[in-house]
Amino acid sequence: MDWIVSVVAATIGYAAPVLYASLGEIISERAGVLNLGLEGVMLIGAVTGYITAVESGSLALAILATMLAGMLTGLVYAVLTVTLQTNQVVSGLALVTVGTGLSGFFGKPYTAVTGLEGFKNLAIPGLSQIPVLGPMLFKQNVMVYALYILVPLIYVFLYKTRPGLKLRALGENPGALDAAGMNVFGMRYLYVILGNAIVALGGAYFTLAYIPGWQDSITAGKGWIAAALVIFSSWNPAMATVGALIFGGVEVLGLRLQVLFPNIGIPTYFISMLPYVATVLVLILSTGSFRKHRKPGPAALGAFYDREAR
Amino acid sequence: MTQPILEMRGITKRFPGVVANDHVDLTLYPGEIHALLGENGAGKSTLMNVLTGIYAPNEGHIRFKGQPVDLKSPKSAVDLGIGMVHQHFKLIEPLTVAENVFLYSGRCKAMLNTRDMNQCIKECSENLNLKVDPNAKIWQLSVGEQQRVEIIKLLFCGAELMILDEPTAVLTPQETVELFKTLRKMADQGKSVLFITHKLYEVMTFADRITVLRNGRSVDHMLTKDTTRQKLTNLMVGRDVLKVVPERDTAKSTREVLRLENICAMCDKGVPALNGLSLTIYGGEILGIAGVAGNGQRELSEVIAGLRRVTGGKMFLNGKEVTNLSSRDSIKKGIAFVPEDRMGMGLVANLDMVDNAMLRDYDVPPINRKGILNKKEAIRRTESFVKAHDIKNAGIKKPVRLMSGGNLQKLLIAREIHGNPDVVVAAYPVHGLDIGATETIHKVLMEQRARGAAILLISEDLEELFELSDRVAALYEGEVMGIIPIEKVTEEMYTRVGSLMLGDREESAAKEQTGGMAEA
Amino acid sequence: MKIRFEKREKLHPVWKLLNPVICIVLALLACSFLVIAIGKDPVAAYGKLFSGGFGSAKKLSESILQAIPLMFCALGVSISFKMSINNIGAEGQYVMGAMAATGVALFCPWIPHALVIPAMIIAGFAAGALWAMLAVIPKAFWNVNETIITLMFNYVALLFVDFLLFGAWRDTSLNLNYSPAYPEYAMLPKVFGTRINSAIYIAIIAAVCIYLFFDKTTRGYQIRVIGSSVRAASYAGMNIRTNILIVMLFSGGLAGLAGVAQASGAVGRLQQNFANGTGYTAIIVAYLSKFNPFTVLIVSILFSGLSYGSVATQLVGVPDQVGVVIQGAILIFVLGGEIFSRNRLIITRREKETALAKKGATK
Repeated sequence: MDWIVSVVAATIGYAAPVLYASLGEIISERAGVLNLGLEGVMLIGAVTGYITAVESGSLALAILATMLAGMLTGLVYAVLTVTLQTNQVVSGLALVTVGTGLSGFFGKPYTAVTGLEGFKNLAIPGLSQIPVLGPMLFKQNVMVYALYILVPLIYVFLYKTRPGLKLRALGENPGALDAAGMNVFGMRYLYVILGNAIVALGGAYFTLAYIPGWQDSITAGKGWIAAALVIFSSWNPAMATVGALIFGGVEVLGLRLQVLFPNIGIPTYFISMLPYVATVLVLILSTGSFRKHRKPGPAALGAFYDREAR
Repeated sequence: MTQPILEMRGITKRFPGVVANDHVDLTLYPGEIHALLGENGAGKSTLMNVLTGIYAPNEGHIRFKGQPVDLKSPKSAVDLGIGMVHQHFKLIEPLTVAENVFLYSGRCKAMLNTRDMNQCIKECSENLNLKVDPNAKIWQLSVGEQQRVEIIKLLFCGAELMILDEPTAVLTPQETVELFKTLRKMADQGKSVLFITHKLYEVMTFADRITVLRNGRSVDHMLTKDTTRQKLTNLMVGRDVLKVVPERDTAKSTREVLRLENICAMCDKGVPALNGLSLTIYGGEILGIAGVAGNGQRELSEVIAGLRRVTGGKMFLNGKEVTNLSSRDSIKKGIAFVPEDRMGMGLVANLDMVDNAMLRDYDVPPINRKGILNKKEAIRRTESFVKAHDIKNAGIKKPVRLMSGGNLQKLLIAREIHGNPDVVVAAYPVHGLDIGATETIHKVLMEQRARGAAILLISEDLEELFELSDRVAALYEGEVMGIIPIEKVTEEMYTRVGSLMLGDREESAAKEQTGGMAEA
Repeated sequence: MKIRFEKREKLHPVWKLLNPVICIVLALLACSFLVIAIGKDPVAAYGKLFSGGFGSAKKLSESILQAIPLMFCALGVSISFKMSINNIGAEGQYVMGAMAATGVALFCPWIPHALVIPAMIIAGFAAGALWAMLAVIPKAFWNVNETIITLMFNYVALLFVDFLLFGAWRDTSLNLNYSPAYPEYAMLPKVFGTRINSAIYIAIIAAVCIYLFFDKTTRGYQIRVIGSSVRAASYAGMNIRTNILIVMLFSGGLAGLAGVAQASGAVGRLQQNFANGTGYTAIIVAYLSKFNPFTVLIVSILFSGLSYGSVATQLVGVPDQVGVVIQGAILIFVLGGEIFSRNRLIITRREKETALAKKGATK
């Protein structure tokens, strides 16, 4: 039982960064802007958070700086894709390249810096006493607790409020909103910037909460897994949570089983492959054309909006 | 006279290489139904896009309720109370009717309350006889119902001036009458209605006043009661048109070329679109397909062209069964297809004319020489197309996306009839074209008919169908409701085909019999 | 103030050429601020960067040597992008190619020495091609988006090679994750006294073939049509599935050749982090070259010069990642600049607009 509890607790920890990135991407894609540059944004968030924390000693400031850095990448990305109408797949790759380069560039002096405290697991008094569930859910770090609020918040916003309704419409038919006098460009800017701020938090999770420290490309492809999760989730934050937990679980179980059965003979490398292979399988199973009821994404996803297009 | 609600003066809008609106004037009064009449390409849509703030005019000014206004963006138009039902509806398909309406209306608070929203819409729709289920998702609705949602949307936004762009293009004659009843009711409540059309019949029947556009200029405006159809036609076209119905031999061909038997097929959404459709087309005839858009026309044309698999039934070409041919084979067997969306399906926007001219024959000799393209032959052929149909172009090595709609269609049809196909399927071949290109396309179709090809012509324009076809079949929900031979075009023909398009099979079957007896 | 774009039909050829040049200059300018931000001298850094990459015949030839795998990968990527297949899996295909070549060079002693290099080339091509085709099977058969799947295959390929390097293929005499060194007969010959290896000839031949393929063959024509409009392609009866697989065969095969060229032309063994991001840089190169094979060759040399030269920037205290940042920035600026070749930028001041409206109203 204790073993299960610890696996679930660890799973939540592993799922958190991917979930942050997925939530941010859901917001951006719902607005019709495809951002495959999650990996780059996460890296920028990771390095910004770490440098700020090391230099200022304040984790709160680090989170603030992370979000600002994320918003800045969002602004750049929105200028490119919304105003300058660039190809969104290639622009996303550009963001990955720049993010990788910039984070390495500024992070270089900090690769050797260790000893940051980071976000530690905090037991919530009362709630953590609940048998089984308590130690699973309520002995986590603050960044995980923030997700407990963020996921329902985004869900309610998206499905139960009028601005959320507009956001859903924005990715489906921006021309309709424009014709009705709404500011399509402004809203896209807003949501891309907001989305990237959340994505950046996913990066900061690695350097501030998971194992405090910085190294090049510390996110190790999690940004891409998050992008895949968004498709798996049908652009729904609740489903993204489920997906992130599945992926976190695969990763944790892989590691734990290895510890439990060292003689089983499956090399680490194959276990490390699991999340990537699982991503491929999930993509095929959730979007393959053999499915009767496919849930395609926002209809205008990836297409720039040009009011005077004839 | 009362003060006009809207005055547009000297509106000019230029696009690269085109002056779409050249000093256009338009005046509108409260409580009237006003028709903006003009041919395709006369600048009607551009003018409306200026009025709704989508395009910024290069010159001119607009007064609304006597005040000069600056329509910088769609928002300023909506704020003033100018609303438009676009030809392609601006609805969000996966959302419900209520969600679509309340998306724009400030009448609801930040949190959504489905029950209140539905109640509001019910009241409004019953009041104006605009029946629609507020809980239905848009994609589940028929085109007519979607149009009603658009009108409700405008009312909820507080529109005082309602613009409808070609509102009847997707409606049956009977639905059209219903629509204008609703519009009249709204005009009586003091709102102004402006509808765009190129159909004279509607203008004469439903409009109070008319403004005519031609070649981007406003040529005249008048009260409906002061004018006649002939006068309007002359104004629209700018020369006296005598409707010349192309000469055609009446000798009936009996050589069966294409026969469809109980064809069933699904549409893209996986819902049955053709339900046991049967047709026969003879060599040297044009069979017209009438019907409200979305009743299986697209699927029918794609089945014949081998682009859509049938789930039941059989297809015969020259007596041989060819059910579920691949599109490659159907091209090789001489089935030509002029698809509905010429750019995107029939032509490739980013490739040049030469590449587009060989899209049909790229893998048969002489274009294909053992896997190597014979460019010389392709260029020669392209040049012959240009010459034969007077296709204007910026150079045959330039991407075709730079060409105008009429020239694109000429290129497309030239390619399709090259090699004298047995069957020509033409879906909405003159949609959106100017009169010159329309004449060329019609001439080409008549030539193909004279040559002995079996031609299937799909159109939403009954006038066009009656003018060209030997017989007209009416399609309703994927079935042929009846086939009417065309000899003389009368007012009665319109109502007959109209009721067939609505699915009134029994009545039509009876008429078919009496018609047949009269012929006999 | 209001900013908007208006379509233009023609662009003066001088502008067409100048547009990317201006964008690249702007990108360099933007990156110089980064150097300033860490308190270093951008002029010195750029000086080191360019002299380090292109400053002498020796350095230029080193840049060209390092450009060879980039050329292959970018050629491969460009043919898949030409068909609108977003193959971002060149990295993995590259590594798989290198792995197959290594397998032939080290573990097939029965192959006559003279045939080892041809065998490595075939094996490398085949491995890259298979890996690429495997990744697009979901696309070809069930229309699953290929972008993320091709990428996931990269991680799997890299981990698989790591597995070999840490186990069966490890050179136990070294304390590094290296395979044993290739025998002499498995190394590609050099070009006249330089360190550049003869794989560059293969790259040039491949570029010519790709050009001819797209311009002259019916297969190339089909791929161009599919790349522009899948609907038009099915209308013309083209088999999309077959063409996807064919394109990926060559796209992945070329990336696989990059692995062969690097392993048997430069490194002489397989080692960890073998591809080191070349597969991703290749996407940038392909895009900047507008998928033209000859431009790919040149842009590859420029980009590898940037990477190679960036090592020298560390001498003036600027981290070598500046090379990657510049590459990314160039892509961003060139992407953002494209709209100006299609559109005219129109900036109007609000006051002027309202003034116009008023003037019109009083007329």
